[in-house]
Amino acid sequence: MAGAQAKGLVSVHLIHHFHGRHESPIHRLPAALKLGLALVIIVATVLAPIQWRGWFLGVAGLLVLMAIVSRLPPFFLFRRLLALSPFVLGVVLVNAYQPAGRVNWLGVAFKSVLCLLTVILVSNTTPFSQILRVLKSIRVPALLITTIALMHRYLFVLMDEAERMRRARASRTFTRGRRFHWRALATVVGQLFIRASERAERIYDAMCARGWK
Amino acid sequence: MHIPDGFIDGRTAAVAGVISAVGVGFALRQVRRELPPRRVPLLGLSAAFLFAAQMVNFPVAGGTSGHLVGGTLVAALLGPSAAVVVVTTVLIVQCFLFQDGGVTALGANVFNMAIINSVVGYLIYRVVCRWLTGVRGRVTAIAFAAWCATVLAAISCAGQLAWSGTIPWSVAFPAMTTVHMFIGVGEGLISALVFLAVYRARPDLITETTQMAQTQRLGELVGYGLLVTLGIAVFIAPFACSWPDGLDSVAEKFGFNHKLAAPLLAAPAPDYQVPGIHWAVGATATAGAVGSLIVFALALLMGRWLVPKPKDS
Repeated sequence: MAGAQAKGLVSVHLIHHFHGRHESPIHRLPAALKLGLALVIIVATVLAPIQWRGWFLGVAGLLVLMAIVSRLPPFFLFRRLLALSPFVLGVVLVNAYQPAGRVNWLGVAFKSVLCLLTVILVSNTTPFSQILRVLKSIRVPALLITTIALMHRYLFVLMDEAERMRRARASRTFTRGRRFHWRALATVVGQLFIRASERAERIYDAMCARGWK
Repeated sequence: MHIPDGFIDGRTAAVAGVISAVGVGFALRQVRRELPPRRVPLLGLSAAFLFAAQMVNFPVAGGTSGHLVGGTLVAALLGPSAAVVVVTTVLIVQCFLFQDGGVTALGANVFNMAIINSVVGYLIYRVVCRWLTGVRGRVTAIAFAAWCATVLAAISCAGQLAWSGTIPWSVAFPAMTTVHMFIGVGEGLISALVFLAVYRARPDLITETTQMAQTQRLGELVGYGLLVTLGIAVFIAPFACSWPDGLDSVAEKFGFNHKLAAPLLAAPAPDYQVPGIHWAVGATATAGAVGSLIVFALALLMGRWLVPKPKDS
């Protein structure tokens, strides 16, 4: 919700999953197997009572091993794990408030870190098209899959477009009036929606031309 | 408001997952039935747009910034069913690719941000639009609807966290509501400004959706209304009736066996709390009610300020 103000219009710190291609035995495993295993690990971790120390340590060991085998850069993994911090901080604050710490916040945080690490490993070692194929094979409605595929395809296109619009605006405004800054930003966002819907029309024509029905 | 894995327990995750699956299934059916094929790619592009728009930082005081959440805005631009599909898609991609929100919490996140935010926002938007006509009315309506939807989604999130036993209701409710009453003001303002920008540049995009809304069957709105009510009844009502030991009576009212209900609905807020914290729940509820009146007045003023001459659309 709130964070340090980024320099650009769009804060691009989220796009790191696209950085370079790596090869490892984990990358070559079938996608369905990886997704299924990840789901089992996550569900079991969430359901397991916090007292089962051995189970959590075992999962942690397995995940660290996987992380090493997958050859993903450790600093990158660490930075992605920080995504969790606002929620952990919130729960810590609440527990500081409580006279008796009913919730073992460390346990909750540890569970979350394990699940997060699992998702990070799977999503960074599996191409998105393979994930979509798995979703199709488990009968997720076609409309939803089309929407997800289109979103993934045009996400980065639209983010580039937003960045170009920011640069164009910055090159035309000498100083930005504080009062109208929000209006200017909102106009950029509105324009982004208009461009997205115009692009959608062109995509529809192209899809029809290629025999989509 | 993206809940990570581990912060809600298996029971809450399962219940929220079922409600959300029904909601998204219903929305997909409605979209397939109503949306002209020409607008199908628009769903994916709108999802990409929403993701990019969420990364645009709107500076607030002190070096912090806020951003759009956008469920209500998309619902006003595309209609409620399309908005549910679009926001769900954004949440799925955020969950798998960017680890924003947990896998087991996906159902809860979809319920709060895709269903409550879009559907409740859309319902309030339509009601206010019926009452206040013209562009000015639209702008007022969307700002107020976005505020209400943000606050309600936060309350639902607090209910889920409390139901899981992660954070007691008496702390989660005041904290989440107060914070999101401020965040909601930003959300309402951004939504209204973006809506106005789209309206000024391409009014035809919005009139098309409005025409679709004319043919909208009552059944769609009733279906969503039932679903949201069910979710609220499950996640929020147990706490809102009489806490902390009102849970059992609620369970009895719904026909649960007493013995079955005791372990199933363990009281999430036991008695050993700081004195005065129960007062905080009541005060927050009152502040919310007063806040909504103030925000509505602000939205009216903003509509007058942004749209100089009332022009009928």
